[in-house]
Amino acid sequence: MKDWPETFDLAVVGGGNAALCAAITAAEAGASVLVLEGAPAPYRGGNSRHTRNFRCMHRGPMFPLTGAYEEEEYLHDLMLVTKGKTDEGLARLAIRSSEECLPWMQAHGVRFQPSLSGTLSLSRTNAFFLGGGKALVNAYYNTAADLGVKIAYDAQVSHVHLDGDRIAWAEAEIAGHPVTVQARAFVLASGGFQADLDWLARAWGPAARNFLIRGTPYNRGVVLRDMLDQGADSVGDPTQCHAVAIDGRAPKYDGGIVTRLDCVPFSIVVNRNGDRFYDEGEDVWPKRYAIWGRLVAAQPDQVGYALIDAKSIDLFMPSVFPPVKADTIEGLAAQMNLDPQAVRRTVDGFNAACRPGPFHPTELDGLRTEGLEIAKTNWARPLDTPPFYGYQLRPGVTFTYLGLKVDARAQVHTAAGPIRNLWAAGEIMAGSILGQGYLAGFGMTIGTVFGRIAGKEAAAHVA
Amino acid sequence: MSLDLTPPQLSATEEARRQIEICNACRYCEGFCAVFPAMTRERAFADGDLTQLANLCHNCRGCYYACQYTAPHEFALNIPAALAEVRVDSWERLARPQALARLFQTHGVAMAGALVVALAAFFWALAALRPETGAGFYAYLAHNTLVAIFVPAFLLPLALIGLSLRDYWREVGGGRVRLSHVLRAFDSAARMKNLSGGHGEGCNFEEGDRFSDRRRVFHQLMMYGFLLCFASTASGTVLHYGFGWEAPYPLLSPPKILGVPGGVMMLAGTAGLVWLKLRATAALGAVRVWGGEMAFILLLGAIAATGLALYGASGTALVGPLLAVHLATVMVLFLLMPFSKMVHGFFRLAALVAEAGKPAPAGGGE
Ligand SMILES: Cc1cc2nc3c(=O)[nH]c(=O)nc-3n(C[C@H](O)[C@H](O)[C@H](O)COP(=O)(O)OP(=O)(O)OC[C@H]3O[C@@H](n4cnc5c(N)ncnc54)[C@H](O)[C@@H]3O)c2cc1C
Ligand code: SF4
Ligand code: SF4
Repeated sequence: MKDWPETFDLAVVGGGNAALCAAITAAEAGASVLVLEGAPAPYRGGNSRHTRNFRCMHRGPMFPLTGAYEEEEYLHDLMLVTKGKTDEGLARLAIRSSEECLPWMQAHGVRFQPSLSGTLSLSRTNAFFLGGGKALVNAYYNTAADLGVKIAYDAQVSHVHLDGDRIAWAEAEIAGHPVTVQARAFVLASGGFQADLDWLARAWGPAARNFLIRGTPYNRGVVLRDMLDQGADSVGDPTQCHAVAIDGRAPKYDGGIVTRLDCVPFSIVVNRNGDRFYDEGEDVWPKRYAIWGRLVAAQPDQVGYALIDAKSIDLFMPSVFPPVKADTIEGLAAQMNLDPQAVRRTVDGFNAACRPGPFHPTELDGLRTEGLEIAKTNWARPLDTPPFYGYQLRPGVTFTYLGLKVDARAQVHTAAGPIRNLWAAGEIMAGSILGQGYLAGFGMTIGTVFGRIAGKEAAAHVA
Repeated sequence: MSLDLTPPQLSATEEARRQIEICNACRYCEGFCAVFPAMTRERAFADGDLTQLANLCHNCRGCYYACQYTAPHEFALNIPAALAEVRVDSWERLARPQALARLFQTHGVAMAGALVVALAAFFWALAALRPETGAGFYAYLAHNTLVAIFVPAFLLPLALIGLSLRDYWREVGGGRVRLSHVLRAFDSAARMKNLSGGHGEGCNFEEGDRFSDRRRVFHQLMMYGFLLCFASTASGTVLHYGFGWEAPYPLLSPPKILGVPGGVMMLAGTAGLVWLKLRATAALGAVRVWGGEMAFILLLGAIAATGLALYGASGTALVGPLLAVHLATVMVLFLLMPFSKMVHGFFRLAALVAEAGKPAPAGGGE
């Protein structure tokens, strides 16, 4: 094993949003910084490169945000999705600090745009990055380079050596060569473990092998596992992951945002046997988006099929792959390898249970079925207008909940107390705040807030 | 016999459609330029829709560097190149005769060849048609001869472009043109709004993913320089016919007040654009027309350089040969207008006018 020729003030493990916020903050405070990004350069930036916005507290209109979004409302929204499973102190810290993140991000090269078409509901709460997360990541890499931060790509950290209450060194493989990295302080920002299907399968069951991973294949939780093995405090349910229903034809990894499907409220969704299994019209899609991953995961073969007719095909965001299309329900079923008779029965039963009434695609219209065991409680219109369309749905994993437990200074602990020169930021510690559920845009908020805290603390430690 | 296992090659339009459909499910780039908001109007893209999007695109490349799906990702997005291919195809397809367009868009050498022919013709003309009287360069070629050569050489290509634009309008489904649409299009072109990156810091041309306004600056120097030179020539015509004031003109006359700064701006613009083009990644544009585009920039530079030299050489023996060279370059520019990068201005304006006439996109929420 070779030693990296230089000893750095700070080595940052990871190369996404949280890592870069930490690296930039520490470099601005005068520290010499090395970023160890496990991915090769074209794939740098982890899941951050797939994001589009962050959730930001603000007291009045502030480009690109409209209106006001204050601490209590933000916290309330968080409490709702996490059902109280959060550390209120850390949550308030993240929320309050989010306000100063926006100008900080702009000062470090990030540019914003008004909320995207189709996302008006987020224009008050979420600030959208111009060009999306990859543009943000590019801006941060440029800023970091200008500050003299050294960046190693294809640098996979395998071990961060805990010696008493300090990290002594890190072991990495850089472009295939084993290297020991010496630094006075370390920040861990290497994301969750969702790309490690074996780990997912151990946590969730063998069905997890059929899951698709929406983001980077490089977040395999190697450093998280290594720290847990060395006794670091953990937080978050190790068996849970955040999963949504995405297009079954998506790539195994890195399909990103475009593979999402917004068609469920205007569809009926059946499983492999041609049976419906849940109320497709329970609530508006943004509020139900996140439960369908789990619902589909619980079906045989972890697959579902959304069926739509010509009346509804234009009511949702276009899909990345064209839907399967047929003139009859039987033909559609056959094309999707479903039993045409079974699907026919389900559709007939559903159609017979639909009642006339006003249909409002953008609000809860109460247009519900009557007499079905599994009702559809809004937007229930018969599937009767050809051509018919179909999408295969599969669970797509966004992130995992298990992480390192940190304090308000982003410091990592063991049972014996804080590790003096180790901080964590981003998804690797997000479980400290997001015990369950998810609030759109909060992942980037956590990464930015705690990345900056970690960078500041680390720089102060070595100063 | 061996089996060909490579995937079928998509046509430029099919490839652009494949990519744009991915964008339409993403929309992260909405704020960069006019292309993405326009895209959100459709769910399916007819060939004409793609032609229109392609001509709206200014190849700023912001959406390449910002894209999480560029190669090696299997979606292999490269919107700037895909749209550039469709754009150049559309210019060739709508030009008449098409064979000329294909030749000159693509081949700088062909353009140089045309220049040589024009040069030879002008040297011959200077020798054969030398007038008895006349001052300045009219001593070499009579004003009437010049007009007789250049007016048709200018108007006929313009008429051809007019026909192409009519076909363009039909292809993209343009509506009735109102003054407000034209004004909006000119405003956008005058400021090169679509090269601003949406944030005003410019595009991603010569410095990878860093933003720079140089391309916008050099392009505007070139464009406004060209327009000044054009105005200079036009003012000369007005003075000649309207006021009987014939060339040569003194320094403080409209033709020179407009022409000298115009020529200098064009030269600076040329130098800048050549430098940028050499630094930029060719694969983010239409690779096959790189040579033709470069030759076109150099041709504009040559027009400016010889024009300025002609002013400088007033009264010397160099006027004759310089005049031949200058007139040859202008002639080639005019004649090749429908077949060279020069058409981009006309198509862009048409695209901007067509866009201004469409209902406002859903951007910013539904
Ligand atoms: C499709 C998609 C869309 C999303 N959209 C949003 C959104 O709009 N807003 C939002 O707030 N959140 C969004 N999220 C969640 C968001 O991506 C994460 O919360 C956020 O990116 C986490 O940032 P991070 O820096 O902690 O991790 P990441 O950005 O994932 O970075 C982790 C980094 O660590 C590196 N790494 C991993 N292991 C190692 C190792 N062993 N050695 C060295 N380096 C390693 C990786 O290569 C990567 O660079 C989205 C997620 C997905 C998948
Ligand atoms: S270029 Fe890429 S990031 Fe931009 S809209 Fe298209 S798919 Fe999205
Ligand atoms: S290259 Fe620039 S102008 Fe063209 S589509 Fe992309 S962002 Fe728009």
